[in-house]
Amino acid sequence: MPGQNLRPPNLNITPQEYHNLTMSMTPKPNVIRNSWRAFLVGGLICAIGQVMINLLTMAGLERIEAATAATAILILLGALLTGLGVYDEIGKFAGAGSIVPVTGFSNSIVAPALEFKREGYVMGVGARLFTVAGPVLVYGIATSIAVGIIYYLLHF
Amino acid sequence: MFQQIIPAFIVGGLICVIGQLLMDLTKPAFTPAHVLVTFVTGGAILGALGLYGPLVKFAGAGASVPLSGFGYMLSKGAIEAVGKRGLLGAFSGGVEAGAVGIAAAVFFGYLVSITFNPKG
Amino acid sequence: MKLMNLKRVGNQTVVFENPPVILSSYSVVGPKEGQGPLGKTFSKIWQDNTNGNKSWEVAESKMLEEAMQGAVSQAKVKADELDFMLAGDLLNQIISANFAARTLGFPFIGIYGACSTMALSMAMGSMLIDGQFARNVLVGVSSHHDTAERQYRSPTEQGSQRAMSAQWTVTGAGSLVLAQTGVGPRITAATIGRVLDYGEKNVNNMGAAMAPAVADTILNHMKDLNRTPGDYDLIASGDLGQVGIQLAKEVLKRSGVETANQFQDCGVMIYDPSQDVHAGGSGCACSSVVFAGEIMQKLISKQYQRVLLVGSGALHSPTSALQGESIPGVGHAVVIEA
Repeated sequence: MPGQNLRPPNLNITPQEYHNLTMSMTPKPNVIRNSWRAFLVGGLICAIGQVMINLLTMAGLERIEAATAATAILILLGALLTGLGVYDEIGKFAGAGSIVPVTGFSNSIVAPALEFKREGYVMGVGARLFTVAGPVLVYGIATSIAVGIIYYLLHF
Repeated sequence: MFQQIIPAFIVGGLICVIGQLLMDLTKPAFTPAHVLVTFVTGGAILGALGLYGPLVKFAGAGASVPLSGFGYMLSKGAIEAVGKRGLLGAFSGGVEAGAVGIAAAVFFGYLVSITFNPKG
Repeated sequence: MKLMNLKRVGNQTVVFENPPVILSSYSVVGPKEGQGPLGKTFSKIWQDNTNGNKSWEVAESKMLEEAMQGAVSQAKVKADELDFMLAGDLLNQIISANFAARTLGFPFIGIYGACSTMALSMAMGSMLIDGQFARNVLVGVSSHHDTAERQYRSPTEQGSQRAMSAQWTVTGAGSLVLAQTGVGPRITAATIGRVLDYGEKNVNNMGAAMAPAVADTILNHMKDLNRTPGDYDLIASGDLGQVGIQLAKEVLKRSGVETANQFQDCGVMIYDPSQDVHAGGSGCACSSVVFAGEIMQKLISKQYQRVLLVGSGALHSPTSALQGESIPGVGHAVVIEA
C-alpha cells in the first residue's frame, strides 16, 4: 500500500500490479450485445411513440401538440410498467434502450418514490420523486436559460 | 399510421446505443442518472446550435422520445420566448415548453407510487 | 507490568486455551437462497422476502430474531445463562441487530464488520468465553437483498443493468450459540484482520476491493500459527465472489502461500450460476448461513476436521463512494475444529 509501513509479512504485490491483475480478471461487459439490445428496445419504444404521434395527428391534433401528448402517454406507460414491477426486467435486458427514452425518465421518478413509500407520503414518496428527476430538471432548465440568455445577448 | 416509423426506429435505437456505450465504456460511477442528465443537457445544447431540429424533422419520435428530445424542447422554447418577450423569455421559455412533460411526470409518478408497492 | 498467560501468537492471532464449543447453529433464508445448491442445508426458508412484515427492514430484523431464537432453543441453554448477544448487519446504525436485541433481551454488543461481521463476532464471542467473561454467547448476523439495494445502490424497481462483477446480497440470517462446555465443533483460534486498501473504487467490484485484505489475513494467520493451507480441509472466504477469490488466490500465490481446491468462497457456493447472480452472493448472511448449515454439518459429521472461515468486509459507505474514495477491505479469520 502506498505510504504505509505495515508490519510484515506483507502481500507481495504493489497497488499498480494489483490494479492490472484486477483489470485482467474482472469480466468486461459484452458491449456489442448490450448495444444491440439497447438499439432494439430503444428503437421499438421510439417507433411506438411515432405510431402514437401519427394516430393523434390523424385524430386532428397539431403536430407539436401530438408530440407533446405522445410524450405524456409514454410517461404514463413508463410509470405503470414500473409500478407493475416489469420495467426493471426490461431494463436488465435493454440497458440504455430503456433508460434513454422518456419512459426511462418516468421509471427513475417512480422507482425511488415506490421504494421509499414506507417512509411516508411527504418525505418518502414526495421527496424521493425527484431523486433522479431533480438533476435532470436542474440541468435541463439551467441549460435552456443559459441558451436563452446567450441568444438574447447575440441578437438584441 | 406507420408513417416515419423506420427513421424513428433507427434514429431512436442509435441514440440509445450512444447511451449504452457511455454506460459500458466509462467509469463505473456513470449511473443511469448521469446518463439522463447528459442526454437532456446534450439535447438542449445541440438544439441551441440548430443541429437537433433537423433530426426531429427527419426521425420524428426517434429524436423527440429520447431524453435529448426533452432537452431540445426546453432550449427551443427558451429561444422562441426570447424572441417574444426579450430577456424574461430566457427564464420562462424552457419551463413553459417542458410544462406538460414535467406535470405529467409528477402527476402520473405520484399516482403510480401511491397505488403500487415495490416488488424487490 | 508483566502480563502472564498471553494467548496472543505472532502478529494478529489468538489461540484459545479452552476452545469454546459451538452448541447449535440456525439459519433462515429467503426463497432465492432456498432454491440454490445449498437449499437443503438451511433450517428455515421463507416463501418471500417480506414474510408478511410491513417493510423489508422489519422483515430482516425478524429474520435475525428467528435465527437467534432457533439457535438458543436448539442449544437448550436457559435464557438467564446466556451472557452476551453479539450481532450486526449491513444497515445504517445496524438497526436489524438493534431491534432483534430489543426483542431478545440479552446484554447486547452491536458489531459492524460489513460482510465480515459473522467471523468477527465468532472471534469476539470466543474471546469472551475463553477469557472467562461469559458462559454462553449468542452470535448472529443478517442481511437482506432489498434493504441493501436501497441503501447502497438503487431502488429495486429501477431499470439499470448490473455489472458482471457485481454480487447479489443474500437475504438471510445465521446464528450460533457458543459455550464454555458441551459437545460440538470448537473454535480453536482467531486472527483479527487489518484494514487494507489497494485503491479499488468500483462499488460494483467488491470482490476486488476485499481480496487483498483477505489474502493478508490468511498470510498472517499461516505465519502466526506456522501452518499451511494443507492443514485445513476447507478455507472458506465470506463473499469474495468469482472475481475476488481468483484475485485472492493469485495474490497469495505471489506472497508464497499456495492454495488449492480447499480454498472456496461462500458467495460462490450459495447460488447457482443459473440464478443470474453474476459474481455470486454477498452480505453478512452469506458467510453466516453457509457456515451455520453446510459447513457445520460437515464438521459435525467429521467430514471436515479443521476449517478456516475468513469473513470478508468492504468498509465503505454510499457517501464515501459518492465522494470518490476507494473501498477499504478487511478479513477476519476463525479456526473451527471438529
